[in-house]
Amino acid sequence: MTPPPGSLLTAENLRKAYGPTLALDGAGFSIHPGEVVAVMGPSGSGKSTLLHCLAGIVPPDSGSILYDGADLATMSDARRSALRRSDFGFVFQFGQLVPELTCVENVALPLRLNGTSRKEAERAALAWMQRLEVDDIGRKRPGEVSGGQGQRVAVARALVTEPRVLFADEPTGALDSLNGERVMELLTDAARSTSAAVVLVTHEARVAAYSDREIVVRDGKSRDMERAV
Amino acid sequence: MSAEGGQRSAPAPSRIGGWARDLGMGVRFALAGGREGWVRALLTAVGVGLGVALLLLTTAVPSMQSVRRERESARDDVDYSRMDLRASDRSLLVANIDTDWRSKDIRGRALEREGAKAPLPPGLDTFPAAGEMVVSPALKELLESSDARLLRERLPGRIVGTIGESGLIGSHELAFYRGGEGLAGNIDGARVARIDRFGDTSPPEQATDPVLLLLVLVVFAVLLMPVAVFIAAAVRFGGERRDRRLAALRLVGSDGYMVRRIAAGEAMAGAVLGLVFGTAFFLIGRQVAGSVEVFGISVFPSYLDPSPALALLVGLAVPAAAVLVTMFAMRGVVIEPLGVVRTAKPTRRRLWWRLLLPLAGLGMLWPMVGQGRDSGNFNEYLVIGGVLLLLIGVATLLPWAVESVVSRLGGGGVAWQLAVRRLQLSSGTAARMVNGVAVAIAGAIALQMLFAGVESDYTKSSGNDVQRVQMQVSLSRNAQLAPAVREFRDTKGVRTVYAYAEGTLGDRRKDPDIGIGMTVGDCASLRQAAALPSCRDGDVFYVGNADLDENALKMAKRPGRTLYLDPTYSGAPRSREIPWQIPSGMKEAGSREDLTGGERGGFLVTPKALSATAATALRGQVYLALDASVPDAGDLVRNTAAAVDPLSQPMNWYATQTSERYGAIRSGLFVGAVAVLALIGASLLVSQLEQLRDRKKLLSALVAFGTRRRTLSLSVLWQTAIPIALGLVLSLAVGLTLGVVLLRMTATPVVVDWWSVLSMAAVGAGVVVAVTLCSLPPLLRLMRPDGLRTE
Amino acid sequence: MSIGHTLLGLLESGPRHGYDLKRAFDEKFGHDRPLHYGQVYSTMSRLLKNGLVEVDGIEPGGGPERKRYAITDAGVTDVQTWLATPEKPEPYLQSTLYTKVVLALLTRRDAADILDTQRAEHLRLMRILTDRKRKGDLADQLICDHALFHLEADLRWLELTAARLDKLAEVVVK
Repeated sequence: MTPPPGSLLTAENLRKAYGPTLALDGAGFSIHPGEVVAVMGPSGSGKSTLLHCLAGIVPPDSGSILYDGADLATMSDARRSALRRSDFGFVFQFGQLVPELTCVENVALPLRLNGTSRKEAERAALAWMQRLEVDDIGRKRPGEVSGGQGQRVAVARALVTEPRVLFADEPTGALDSLNGERVMELLTDAARSTSAAVVLVTHEARVAAYSDREIVVRDGKSRDMERAV
Repeated sequence: MSAEGGQRSAPAPSRIGGWARDLGMGVRFALAGGREGWVRALLTAVGVGLGVALLLLTTAVPSMQSVRRERESARDDVDYSRMDLRASDRSLLVANIDTDWRSKDIRGRALEREGAKAPLPPGLDTFPAAGEMVVSPALKELLESSDARLLRERLPGRIVGTIGESGLIGSHELAFYRGGEGLAGNIDGARVARIDRFGDTSPPEQATDPVLLLLVLVVFAVLLMPVAVFIAAAVRFGGERRDRRLAALRLVGSDGYMVRRIAAGEAMAGAVLGLVFGTAFFLIGRQVAGSVEVFGISVFPSYLDPSPALALLVGLAVPAAAVLVTMFAMRGVVIEPLGVVRTAKPTRRRLWWRLLLPLAGLGMLWPMVGQGRDSGNFNEYLVIGGVLLLLIGVATLLPWAVESVVSRLGGGGVAWQLAVRRLQLSSGTAARMVNGVAVAIAGAIALQMLFAGVESDYTKSSGNDVQRVQMQVSLSRNAQLAPAVREFRDTKGVRTVYAYAEGTLGDRRKDPDIGIGMTVGDCASLRQAAALPSCRDGDVFYVGNADLDENALKMAKRPGRTLYLDPTYSGAPRSREIPWQIPSGMKEAGSREDLTGGERGGFLVTPKALSATAATALRGQVYLALDASVPDAGDLVRNTAAAVDPLSQPMNWYATQTSERYGAIRSGLFVGAVAVLALIGASLLVSQLEQLRDRKKLLSALVAFGTRRRTLSLSVLWQTAIPIALGLVLSLAVGLTLGVVLLRMTATPVVVDWWSVLSMAAVGAGVVVAVTLCSLPPLLRLMRPDGLRTE
Repeated sequence: MSIGHTLLGLLESGPRHGYDLKRAFDEKFGHDRPLHYGQVYSTMSRLLKNGLVEVDGIEPGGGPERKRYAITDAGVTDVQTWLATPEKPEPYLQSTLYTKVVLALLTRRDAADILDTQRAEHLRLMRILTDRKRKGDLADQLICDHALFHLEADLRWLELTAARLDKLAEVVVK
């Protein structure tokens, strides 16, 4: 398979079954550096599974995922983990902040997993929290801050390693419109400023409107809307 | 205020009616909460059940001990007090022919009837004839196993029956009765006796030794505390989920008090179910107890019969305690309709009242310090109270200590940080988890110290020199020494044989004023007993050390004088009274440590210097050096001994010999401690697993980040290891203090048995490691990214 | 909504009388607003003039309703172009979209494709509005938000319809 020229992450013909359920059935995907691509589709269509495969969290049953010249589909778990630590960032809908760590420690966590010293990691973390306008809650724990603040902390944590690809799975799912939009603005701004690619899984059109282009997943098959138009 | 709301929603229930309704609702929740509810109720029930079973077992221990003691005393036979009994149609000759098989003791008796009305020992229907044996079921099984060929050779009699339960003190006791012949000539009150009934003729009004009593009391206190801690932990299994459900109840209009009562009802349901489980566990455990042997002790199920009063107490106290613990635990929790609020800033744990408990405990023990073992009248309530307070002190100090230490921890890697932060947020949970372990260890350390301290009194240092010889065989009075020695020399596994014939010389035929020891042996053997200038067969020596035997020194200067070998003492049958002339030209020998570890005085005689008649008045002692590389050398020797002289008494030499009573208590402590630690390990595991299940999503998210499994596994380990380490330090401090106080009470010099301290700490640490290891597979499973899928 | 395209589409399945056309239209699309005969007549004559339909035959009795119309090749192409072109996203679009979807189903074209094309067009406009909103002042933001919420409502309808296409096909194509 030859990826489209200039593509950072390309997947083709992905198949993934969980027991009898076929979550992905020949899905494909491609993203350029600095691009924001929305993955849309009804619940259960397989969009989260597509994200998990693209991010190397789960290996697909078949198909290929090319990132930087290497195929994630055949990579060992350890190498995929290392890649996720160094090159990818993640934002989920909820359940992602470690409740007993302070916000700043949560943001610093990915850096520390990469071996950065605690002091340095927390300094970088605070800088990112400033960009996401949550530096004032650094010493609080996730349980003590609002949902919007918590999600911004999560975004800061996803970006603190300056990843080349940011994976966001319903990042505003638990927020109201105003908070959700603010988070999306900050997320896309921050990603563009570091020319990170963003894979944005959402079922909300107004969130998808922050993307450059979208693909739709239905019954495990993906459809690239740019080509459709 | 909010209570009013609840009253309004349910029109005017009586106060008691309200209680009953809420408790009942809680019971329903506990039992009808779907699959999850059942699992929770089951966990609680198993936890409480294990605790109840242990409590019931504990209440049954006194009866078990007394039954064992009764059985033991009912079959009591050989003792000195019956030396004056004459042969009649009611008399029976009994010889103690106990033996060992590898490291196990075997009780053996040879029986010879002197008349038709001779008493039958308990558990036997008929007397075995000569060449026949009646054996215990366990011994029968052992003899039939292919492994025990050597033992079978030693006990060749035909098995004609088994000893009934009434003649044994444990289901696994090894014992046999054998038909005997010609025992009359060997009556000495020690190995062979004539009796007319079994059972202790004059059961010594054995006032329980105060020190032993203290030990037993402390063992009970130590065992019961962790059970209480464990039950407290068990009724709180799944507490977080329950809180969420209670919040939902608040949403539909229950007030704060109702919610508390419902929670209490849930706890009670679990506890009552636990009682049922516990009874079942106990009954199963009782049967199992009959089929196992721990530290050489086995019992019959019927021994384990809890006293009804104590059992009733357990049945009432456990559910009550469950309710109280729940109420107490919910003190700091405000359940609001939309969720659970832990009182915003948990009140800082205060130190002073936590210190009060152990101090009060010390205060209760203090008045008894120095009373010692002679005046030794311990007020058992003060002792138990003091010990319990000290141990509860550990349990209450632990949360404070964990919190104040943990809040100061910092630095370290990610795993360490995750663990520390988690502990900082919920140090109480962590502390509770290890409280049981810590209390058990503090108590066990104290007991170990107490044991080690009084060990010198209860464990006689035998002084035997295990370097030179490892076994001794005392021959019976009529046995021939020389052929026996030849047999021993030819036995496989025997390297060297030293043989002595020993006797006593008196200055008169009857009731002599002085007694001088006589040792007969070849030069090689005699050199092991004294420092000889030179030695040839025919020589006679005297030991010139006046401290050992002044009389020998005096008599050595009066050659020609007649002494009498084996003089008669009044009250005993007539002895041989063989005259022996003190020879001239006796050589002087220096003293040295002999094979028994003592120094030997008196006359040392080589065989040629003694007449054949005189030799019959001596008793043979054989000392054997074994070849450690030959397996079962000890049993080979015992076989030879049984062959050359059925009444011989082979003994293994160990550096020390443990007093039997002390050994029993120590065994009890070990059994109990192991059981308690296993129990606590189980509950630790349950809490750990529950905690992991609650964090499924978070774990998956962390994996998405690329968190290494190692990091999370380590953090799980730290999370248990930090509080355990703290618990160990604290329990060491309390245990050592308690130990010192207890030792002072018995006026025993304080000795810290560091090895025991370390081993107890290691047992505790082992539990933690085991729990962590057991929680790793589910952790790794939960770390699979599937957790992200559920939406 | 384009009545001309709709009538053309209805003719694709075979020649019909003007009266049949009106009845078919009313049945499938004109739930609350039935067509007048006059509308049918004028539309058909315009289509005839543009060469998109031809008269297949006239039944005795005269009058437009007695003429049988058939679609020409040019007519089929015209329908095809119309269906494939997304509508300019604007409020109250659904009747046109609905007509297109039903016609696509009737003429065995890919209805899902029409919906996807339309949602892409909607999202394109939403992106533009979102972008304007991010750069604009509060007034711009409020105005854009109004449009965005309406577009989002349309988009949801598109998604829902896409999810129910199979059922709709059962009802429409008897």
